[in-house]
Amino acid sequence: MSDRTTKVEMHKQDPRKRIRNFNEVASGYSAREAVEEAKRCLQCKKFPCVKGCPVEIDIPAFIKCIQEGNFKASIDKIKEKNNLPAVCGRVCPQESQCEIKCVRSKKGESVAIGRLERFAADWEMNESVPSRCGTSSSSAMKVAVVGSGPAGLTAAADLAKLGYQVTVFEALHSSGGVLRYGIPEFRLPKSVLEVEISNIEKLGVRIQPNVLIGKTFTIDDLLQQGFSAIFIGIGAGLPHFLNIPGENLDGVYSASEFLTRVNLMKAYQFPKYDTPVKIGRRVGVIGGGNVAMDSARVALRLGAEEVSIIYRRSKKEMPARQEEAENAEEEGVKFHFLTAPLAFLGNKENQLTRVKCIQMKLGEPDESGRRRPIPIKGSEFIMDIDTVVVAIGQGANPLLAQTTPNLRLNHRGYIQINEETGQSSIPQIFAGGDIVTGAATVIAAMGAGKKAARGIDKYIRSKVTCGEASIKKID
Amino acid sequence: MQTKHFKILKKENLAPQIKLFRIRVPHIALKFQAGQFVVVRLNETGERIPLTIAEHNPEEGTITIVIQEVGKTTAQLGKMKEGETIEDILGPLGIPSPIKKVGTVLCVGGGLGVAPLYPEAKKYKEVGNKVISLIGAKSKNFFFFKERIERVSDEVLYSTDDGSSGHHGFVTDLIKKVLGRKEKIEEVIAIGPLPMMKAVSELTKKHDIETRVSLNSIMVDATGMCGGCRVTVGGKVKFTCVDGPGFDGHKVDFDELILRQKRFVREEKIALKCYLSTTTEA
Repeated sequence: MSDRTTKVEMHKQDPRKRIRNFNEVASGYSAREAVEEAKRCLQCKKFPCVKGCPVEIDIPAFIKCIQEGNFKASIDKIKEKNNLPAVCGRVCPQESQCEIKCVRSKKGESVAIGRLERFAADWEMNESVPSRCGTSSSSAMKVAVVGSGPAGLTAAADLAKLGYQVTVFEALHSSGGVLRYGIPEFRLPKSVLEVEISNIEKLGVRIQPNVLIGKTFTIDDLLQQGFSAIFIGIGAGLPHFLNIPGENLDGVYSASEFLTRVNLMKAYQFPKYDTPVKIGRRVGVIGGGNVAMDSARVALRLGAEEVSIIYRRSKKEMPARQEEAENAEEEGVKFHFLTAPLAFLGNKENQLTRVKCIQMKLGEPDESGRRRPIPIKGSEFIMDIDTVVVAIGQGANPLLAQTTPNLRLNHRGYIQINEETGQSSIPQIFAGGDIVTGAATVIAAMGAGKKAARGIDKYIRSKVTCGEASIKKID
Repeated sequence: MQTKHFKILKKENLAPQIKLFRIRVPHIALKFQAGQFVVVRLNETGERIPLTIAEHNPEEGTITIVIQEVGKTTAQLGKMKEGETIEDILGPLGIPSPIKKVGTVLCVGGGLGVAPLYPEAKKYKEVGNKVISLIGAKSKNFFFFKERIERVSDEVLYSTDDGSSGHHGFVTDLIKKVLGRKEKIEEVIAIGPLPMMKAVSELTKKHDIETRVSLNSIMVDATGMCGGCRVTVGGKVKFTCVDGPGFDGHKVDFDELILRQKRFVREEKIALKCYLSTTTEA
């Protein structure tokens, strides 16, 4: 085992160069670097790291394979639990999940579990090892998955592996959910996403784009089409606005609109791609989460001269991944902490020109456990800003629930489920991911998709053994 | 079920720059109700644009859309031929129009708005209303769907901006004319350019007649995910794609919407110019 106390460095694009392109910032480990890093793993008996992983990857086992140079065995080990390893290795907040529990982190840095997972997944893609083929037969029971984000894709893959005939319905023209429209190319190349999704399709999963459940079909329609169970993984896709004066000025985007234009519609390649995106000289991004960091870094790459994060709490309370905040800082994003916008001001052409802000101080912790920001009287000031991206969070899109009357929701509009099985108030309907918890992480959504797949399997088996007439094998 | 690549079965030139396409999309044809729309992306590099449905035929599995060539995407669609396919069509989207039997209604259409007006007028007629349609255009060459509108209306009045046919003036003049008859008008539906819907709404507000307008905001996903299509209605922010596209015309902040519609004017011009420069060479 290696005695080094720090992670093997991962090569990153120079900040001055990378703010001119959308290429991936971090290039990943070489085989030699991966083996060197893997050797830092102590293979401890209690493997606390596994408990930190929402999908319980056998971390010591896959790392041991890398130590031995057996990369194929390593990725196979990961894929026993995780169907999107190239995604997770890149976007998981490992510092608060698997890596925070690593014994190594007591004295120095934890083992770079995320980087190693990414290495194994990328190795497989580059080797183009033939993936296993579909296991579901045409006589299998049909399960519908609504939404092709991380929760839906994971549930679909696990259900296919259990032998079900799975159809995923996606409202947009391409699949992946937030992995497609939210997370930018420089953090998660879409070519990587495409390979991961095609691997899931190879398990026998059918993905149908351009279907908005609630409009194109209702949940009832799906039940009538012979689906024995339905998993809802539609995420938290309703953008929150600040509801302050001037929010409808030209130049004020929700982060969802801004990132969808850039990531899904490839507006950064306009006019080769038809969708435009307009960026000013001075951009303000409101919020302190990963979406805010992504928006700020996208704005830089679109050519903004100055990009400021405007966050009402202090650096310590920022929910963004530390690594992403550091990347943003390296790239020249400015941070205005303890600052909140009061109004957006525009000219007579309806164009945003300035933002009126106020200074905040921190009070007692609120229900989120973070110290509540309180405005300081008389501290108002004006910032010259001509583009604003509002990244203060998302809520539950009410569209599906509106057309599914008996689906029980909580007071915030999220679907209520049995924590263990993912089952909702309607027995055939299961749910997981952000539509249950509110905006959270990719890996948490995947964990929920896994749980629900087991819940659906158990539910269908119990129905079949009970011999209920309402559910029968589909020919 | 096919959810990608939808075939154009029929194409028809209706008026200068105005073209009709009948497209095979069985699942949308089955679900469509008056007031709803689709989002279309022509190909891999395309943008998503909202288009209203003018007709649907569930038996045949088709929908009919009518477009006006005003920018890059509509110009490109205008060049497409029968037999070619459109990559993505999502729908039906938006809330169906709440059409009931109320008495006499005015169906007011301007320009391209006549296409989405037609299913509304048809439904009004089907449920037993007296339908008076008021149709305006720049000039007589721009009238289309005359037969269809006349078939579902008890009376149709026309106006042209240049006086080449019908009343010389605007549809608002036609509304005043009808109101002068002292017949009780229960409802107005107005679809057309924003200034026209604004003018109609201002006029009917004076006469306290319930008025619905169908807004055509700039959209991206059109599923309620981005808020790009937001509009202020009665002081509250609404998303046109999921809360509309039909709204109470007396409550819509038209001035704000007219300015918001110009958000990407510069970029739209660039896109059209690039497109035309590549297609004329070919």
